[in-house]
Amino acid sequence: MIAVVDYGVGNLRSVAKALEKVGARVRVTSSASDLADAQAVVLPGVGAFARCMGNLEEAGLREAVCRAATSGKPFLGICVGMQILFDHSDEFGRVEGLGLLPGHVSRFEGLPRELKVPHMGWNEIKLRGASPYFEGIADNERFYFVHSYRVLSDDEQVVAAACDYGGSFVAAAARDNLLATQFHPEKSQSAGLRLLANFVTRAGENS
Amino acid sequence: MLAKRIIPCLDVKDGRVVKGVNFVDLRDAGDPVECAMRYDAEGADELTFLDITASHEKRDIMLDVVSRTAEQAFMPLTVGGGVRVVEDLGALLRAGADKVSINTAAVINPDFVGEAARVYGSQCVVVAVDARRRDGQLRLAEDGGGVDGAPDWAGTWPELLVDKAGTDGWEIYTHGGRRPTGIDAVAWCRRMEELGAGEVLLTSMDRDGTRDGYDLELTRAVADAVGVPVIASGGVGGPGHLLEGLTTGGADAVLAASIFHYGEYSIAECKRYLAERGVVVRV
Repeated sequence: MIAVVDYGVGNLRSVAKALEKVGARVRVTSSASDLADAQAVVLPGVGAFARCMGNLEEAGLREAVCRAATSGKPFLGICVGMQILFDHSDEFGRVEGLGLLPGHVSRFEGLPRELKVPHMGWNEIKLRGASPYFEGIADNERFYFVHSYRVLSDDEQVVAAACDYGGSFVAAAARDNLLATQFHPEKSQSAGLRLLANFVTRAGENS
Repeated sequence: MLAKRIIPCLDVKDGRVVKGVNFVDLRDAGDPVECAMRYDAEGADELTFLDITASHEKRDIMLDVVSRTAEQAFMPLTVGGGVRVVEDLGALLRAGADKVSINTAAVINPDFVGEAARVYGSQCVVVAVDARRRDGQLRLAEDGGGVDGAPDWAGTWPELLVDKAGTDGWEIYTHGGRRPTGIDAVAWCRRMEELGAGEVLLTSMDRDGTRDGYDLELTRAVADAVGVPVIASGGVGGPGHLLEGLTTGGADAVLAASIFHYGEYSIAECKRYLAERGVVVRV
């Protein structure tokens, strides 16, 4: 079973349906024990960083999420669910993240006029190194992004894919079985489903 | 490089797809979920549903359409039409919409846009604007504009109103394009961005249904005025119009309905046409 963490933010239905489409058994849950029992955990998230962090605390899921993310089981953070895995964000002042990955979140700035914010639509990702999660996905494949803040990291080791929008930012981060994507695989048609299929395969191998 | 987006739009009434010509003359043309699947397969970059269902009781049908679409099409979905309160957004987002467009409700109460952005995030708040050129004839409402009379906030933001003595610019309309408001389209879009809108869906009432192409001056004026993405809409008769909207008009995305809907041009065909002319699209 793959647990999709329900902490009152975002569209969980799309994520759950996309995972089911590639063969997963999914449970949308806000129970810490489900996260512990699951073969893999998906942490979605949209909206404000502070609100996602706040909701996670209020739901009493901070510990369970951190444990799942460091347990070695496949773990996927999507969009703001990716961002909160990092150290901190500049959104509405400084907000601390979970600190599971090195880097920080800040707003797109100093962009040329024609580059609008939110960064919205299909952009290319540049793969850095080989990650099993990106098997069968071509370098420069396009994924669907929608965000105004992005992750910057000095630690090249965790950058699985970069994207350029008036400068390079982290499109996907990976460490051990932890994967985090700024783009929405569940909205990225066949490329996104391929990535999720790789994730589900790994969850199966892990069980 | 970020690709320009091609967005087919389906007008949906009582759960069925229709296409308005100048917002009248509706033709029934199928099941919205089936259409969505076809556009998904054709490589549409996003999909927009505009719910034109009149009665409030039948609005749950749309939630069902959205939910069935989101189960099968793994692409971004925007839904608009009849969104009045923040809870309407919540229901659509939970059903599987990624973005919700707000039109009349924003004009009645601009703070609604701010509230929606605070609760759900700017990324899912699209402000839809129906604009009409003012040159030649004054179409201001008899009472000087406004929604059911002058907007309550007119005194707070007089800079958003059109110059009644002049004929420059574009005035926005509400209620499916039937009611003039006295509000200047460009100033309005800028204000909507300040309040938290994440995108502008800009429709030219003059061009909608004409197949003469987008109102490029309007599109360019708004695209230059705001820092959020702008979707051009209204008037597409062929791929050349999409090209103009993205280049001369400066739009980030182009929306069209009938040219895709009746199979005159496929999405893939339009993308090839654009790519051959140097526009970055996802193929």
